[in-house]
Amino acid sequence: MEQLYNNLSLQFELNDFMLRHGTQASFIAKREQLVSLLTNLRDIHGYTHLVMVTCVDWLEDKLFQLTYIVHNHHDQSDIIVKVLIDRDMPEMDSIHHLWEQGRVFQRELHEMFGISFPGSPGQDEPMILEGWQGPPPMRRDFDTKEYCEANYSNRERDSREPEEHMQRKLYPED
Amino acid sequence: MESLYPPIVNGKAVYDLESQKYLKMWQGPQHPGVTGNMSLELDICGDEVIKCDTHVGYLHRGFEKLMERRRYINCFPIVCRICVPEPDTNEYLFATAMEDLMGMEIPERALWLRTLNLELSRLASFLMWIGGQSGAFGMGTVAQWTIAYRDYVLDLFEEWTGARIYHMYMTPGGVRGALPEGWVNRAHKVLDGASKLLDEIRHVMLNNAIFKQRAVGLGTITPDMMDRYGIVGPNARGSGVARDIRMDMPYLVYPLLDFNIETESAGDAYARTVVRWKEIHQSISLIRQILAKMPQSGAVHTTLPNVLHLKVPAGQTYVRAESTRGEYGYFMVSDGSEFPRKVTVRGPSYTHAMALLEDLAVGVNIADIAGLMVSLHTYPPEIER
Amino acid sequence: MIDNEINYDSEPVANAGDNSSNPTTSAYPDWRKDDNTLTNAGLPDEEQEWFCDARPQPARKSWQPIEDFLNWARANSLWILAFGTGCGAIELRPLVTSRYDISRLGMQPRPTPRQANVFMIGGYVSIKTLKRIVRSYEQMQGPKFVVAVCSCAINGGMYWDSYNTVKRIDEYIPVDVYVTGCMPRPEAVLAGFTKLKELIKAGKAEGQNLYAEKFDWYKENQKKVIKDWNMPDYNW
Repeated sequence: MEQLYNNLSLQFELNDFMLRHGTQASFIAKREQLVSLLTNLRDIHGYTHLVMVTCVDWLEDKLFQLTYIVHNHHDQSDIIVKVLIDRDMPEMDSIHHLWEQGRVFQRELHEMFGISFPGSPGQDEPMILEGWQGPPPMRRDFDTKEYCEANYSNRERDSREPEEHMQRKLYPED
Repeated sequence: MESLYPPIVNGKAVYDLESQKYLKMWQGPQHPGVTGNMSLELDICGDEVIKCDTHVGYLHRGFEKLMERRRYINCFPIVCRICVPEPDTNEYLFATAMEDLMGMEIPERALWLRTLNLELSRLASFLMWIGGQSGAFGMGTVAQWTIAYRDYVLDLFEEWTGARIYHMYMTPGGVRGALPEGWVNRAHKVLDGASKLLDEIRHVMLNNAIFKQRAVGLGTITPDMMDRYGIVGPNARGSGVARDIRMDMPYLVYPLLDFNIETESAGDAYARTVVRWKEIHQSISLIRQILAKMPQSGAVHTTLPNVLHLKVPAGQTYVRAESTRGEYGYFMVSDGSEFPRKVTVRGPSYTHAMALLEDLAVGVNIADIAGLMVSLHTYPPEIER
Repeated sequence: MIDNEINYDSEPVANAGDNSSNPTTSAYPDWRKDDNTLTNAGLPDEEQEWFCDARPQPARKSWQPIEDFLNWARANSLWILAFGTGCGAIELRPLVTSRYDISRLGMQPRPTPRQANVFMIGGYVSIKTLKRIVRSYEQMQGPKFVVAVCSCAINGGMYWDSYNTVKRIDEYIPVDVYVTGCMPRPEAVLAGFTKLKELIKAGKAEGQNLYAEKFDWYKENQKKVIKDWNMPDYNW
């Protein structure tokens, strides 16, 4: 894996290499180079299976960490490519032309994080949230409990302290 | 003659619904031919589907958001709810991702019990699936047998873990308890019955002329589609692609067990049914092996510090396991606090139901859509979570 | 036993008291033309006339012995709408197959709301599903009953802080019987249906009439959470 990383480093600007269990490598790539990096990994190095595309919200650093996991079926190794993008202007190049399921992941990220992938088919259609009017819900600054309290009402709960309750039930006269 | 297929504008086919050549039909969410709560928007021409859009999101609960708000141990009751027929894969993966980040070793006996739990739930899930597949082609009898038989497997679960559907059995650091006394004998009895049931299913379903006529050639997946669509699990193995995470990237005690990857070459719904039928046999054999080889004594749980204030070291990891539908994966990010920073679930149905089904459905007779959908073994809650 | 007291005279529950800042209340300002007519304002203009504009009316009761006989008949042929709205649907399958076999109690799942008269809410209800639930429920022929299975339908259950699930289903459609548990065992669901039978025989399962009487209250609640109301106001 180190050798692959060194080879890739000649071509792309990569940093923060980490290896887990000998088969799971992860590194940070540049935003502009991601599509060519993934194409390179897919077509030359055999990482043909796109496992998932996901996003981690680093609210404190004002960054979105887009995470692409690709898998090689020949030596059973994974590469986790992380791309850090600006949280306020989230925009990323689309990979729907590399993998058919890429558009589904991007549709979900667009809906849940508000990241736009120009050119990704159907990304503006609502996928999961229908008629949603709030901010993208998976962002960390969206408070789901607050939203619940504002929009739904809870049944009043009859909560009892177990000890007191059993005492009253078993020995009512005391 | 006018072309049957419509003009394509901006990469999308535009159907002139006013021309009375096409009909738009919704199948689901309230429809007997749809697995779970999702819907298909079908454009049909005569009996033939010319365009299919899948709509999901009816079961979205925002698990990834809820997990950000809960401590690691509090996540356990909710992760298993992600997939109803086979919740144990979720528990296993969440526990493993956590143990991976913490660098924790779990006792050997717990490894065996976890494998047993996963295989038993695979058996239950497949039995339910066979009922669905036969029901989708109009054979209610097989569904009566298998879904009722699944209940005996659930009885075993109930005796062992205390719950029928959601077991919450694999906690970080091991499992909650050992097998009850006499459980092994009852398990063997249930497995014997399941083997007998499978023989009957072979006669009634796999050799049935009507089933064969409808399933052969339905929804053919070719090996070159594997990576383009991210096809995993029995759907890939039905096309002759021998991929099984239990074999390729062994976890738990699978390296110590004797089994091989079952494949078929046709790639259609019938081949997928045969693959799954063989895998039930395989599962039964695996459970028997586990029961024979399992250590009878030893700890099932490592001692943890106070789990309510358990801090997981910062890091990012991806763990995977083979579920009944293929590769199930958890990507867990920890920032060193008591709460997970981000947990993303990769359900295998994600790609099967969204990208793949939309393309396979084109050209299929509308009556076979239900059978096609069940043959991909899609399950909606793990798509939208 | 769950306390099922609802104050129907209260403000519609969601966003009570804070209507001015809520943009959704102004989106459907005039869905009632007058006391008997609905406007179907959520639909596009040309579609508004395609749908019925009448409100549901409470069913009138006949002479009591006849009503008792009808209730006995209703109680013994409960046809369930097979709409798996949540995880609870997985216990419906053991119920209808040979081990628990609800056919012996005169029940069976039906594929369409037009043939069913029991709506089994299976668990948590997300907003997108709630829209379909309302639509399916209103399409069912009376007399109709609702059985809410699983804790999530009662008080939000495990998803009490989820942004996409409603916490109490009885604010959106009337519920006759609750079955608690996560998941309730098939026996518990059977017990729930037995209870429903008792209620019907006693003439107490009046959810359908309640829905007609308190139609405004239910509708306001539904429209508060379903932010893109693009269906008729009452689906006949």
